[in-house]
Amino acid sequence: MTIVLDPTGEQVPAERALLQRPPSIEGRTIGLLDISKPRGNIFLDRLQQRLEAAGARVERFKKPTFTKPAPVDLRHEIATKCDLVIEALAD
Amino acid sequence: MSHTLVNVPIVPLPEGIVAVVKAECETCVLVAPVLRQLRQSGVALTVYTQDDPTFPADLDPQLDEDLSVSYHHAIETVPTLIKVEGGAEAARTVGWLRTSWEELTGVDDLGPGLPEQRPGCGSLSVDPDMVDVLAVRFGGSVLRSRRVEIAALEDEAEALFDRGWTDGLPVVAPTEARVLRMLQGTTRAPDDLVAVVPPDLVECTVEKVAINAVMAGAKPEYMPVILAALEVACTDEFNIHGVLATTMPVGPVVIVNGPIRKAIGMNSGGNVLGQGNRANLAIGRALQLIIRNVGGGRPGGVDRAAHGNPGKLSFCFAEDEEGSPWESLAVERGYSPDASTVTLFPGEGPRCVVDQLAREPEPLARTLAACLRTVQHPKLPLGFDAILVLGPEHARVFKEAGWSKQQVKDAIMSHLQLPGSEIVRGADGISEGIPEHLRDLTLPKFRPGGLLLVHAGGGAGLFSAIIGGWANGDTGSQPTTREVRA
Repeated sequence: MTIVLDPTGEQVPAERALLQRPPSIEGRTIGLLDISKPRGNIFLDRLQQRLEAAGARVERFKKPTFTKPAPVDLRHEIATKCDLVIEALAD
Repeated sequence: MSHTLVNVPIVPLPEGIVAVVKAECETCVLVAPVLRQLRQSGVALTVYTQDDPTFPADLDPQLDEDLSVSYHHAIETVPTLIKVEGGAEAARTVGWLRTSWEELTGVDDLGPGLPEQRPGCGSLSVDPDMVDVLAVRFGGSVLRSRRVEIAALEDEAEALFDRGWTDGLPVVAPTEARVLRMLQGTTRAPDDLVAVVPPDLVECTVEKVAINAVMAGAKPEYMPVILAALEVACTDEFNIHGVLATTMPVGPVVIVNGPIRKAIGMNSGGNVLGQGNRANLAIGRALQLIIRNVGGGRPGGVDRAAHGNPGKLSFCFAEDEEGSPWESLAVERGYSPDASTVTLFPGEGPRCVVDQLAREPEPLARTLAACLRTVQHPKLPLGFDAILVLGPEHARVFKEAGWSKQQVKDAIMSHLQLPGSEIVRGADGISEGIPEHLRDLTLPKFRPGGLLLVHAGGGAGLFSAIIGGWANGDTGSQPTTREVRA
């Protein structure tokens, strides 16, 4: 870990602010990213059922391998298609 | 390095005689028997060892493992012998000098058989690898800026980009050790206020300047110039707010005069306005990073430039005073030749003036005038200043003819008296120009004092450079000069 000194006028918080939680997921497109860990798909299948029952639309995505960051194209596709994303770890 | 500390309790030394040694120092090994001699003669001796806890044997040395004793008591050489009376240091001697040791301890015939004197070795606490670490360990509390953690798995450069703290190029991570080292470049205290920086009008301390100077890649010795440049930028005269906010492509151009140019290794010769010199580039960049980070001035925010120019990353250079036939820009502006100064000018990118056939002064003055006329628009007089950076081969033409600097300017200006009929709106089929009611006037291209002449550049090439300005006068920006202080 490196500690650096804030070079700014410190007018805004150093941490990036979280986005507002959406008031409802109804009608929203939610991306489910399978990171390719074994049996992660089973967990995500169940999540998809629950989310769709609550009125959300679900898009499924999958990383080629859990050992590397998601490819840029995949991240871009998720960002353009989805309002929300759930990225779950497995094991 | 200063050993004065803020908010760090200094461990007092025990009464009597204190010796600080390290095993890897031959002089310390040499005096080990002398220390035993002192202990045997009844002296209240305390030995601190910096490296080997068993050295010197038989003297129960205390290991100064974190070097706090050495740091707090400013040990620069080992062995150091200190006499402590009433909790305070009464005397000290460094290295081995028999007479000094005897005087300090009051014990005679020390170290029989030893040479009269031997110089000591460097203390571990002033080892170049340790200085900054210790400054953070014991002196870091002088810094007040918010600490921001970059996680071990984050790339430092990427993390600094992501926070919006860069000008688009990577910056050096402003760690506490680096910022403390940068602060060594000025005598001013870290919490000293330097300027109120537009556009957010934030009070900027010496510490914030140092942080951004680290990021810009500056060395500590550039600090006085960066501090002076920031002070000038934030004056009402220079008006960095307007220079930043304008849709025109200008930024602060920093011209440095006086002894500090050479002292910090600035370039005033070949490629003077280009890449490759650390001082030139880092000073200009530090100024712009402060305006971005402390002042909050960012492209797309308050910076509304339509095109900008690459010099908005950094535009800083030194005048070639040694090679100049004339007084420097700073002397012209009322400063002593011994003074170091910065002059700020709101400038666009430079353009080249070519006249390779120049041998006589008058034709060269005409060339320079013809090119200067086009600054911003050939039909717009008076509104914009300009810097003419005269190259040595062009300057030599004037020098050989015996022309003074003022004569050069006067000759150029004599060819820049623009008849209203030529520059009125619509003339030459060009809409831009002066209003119709000024048609009968003859107007100079530049206001009095609006043409600045600086001598700089490489020794080969019959070229000069023009740096066009921005709206001048009280409502725009004035070229502004200040002295550089420590």
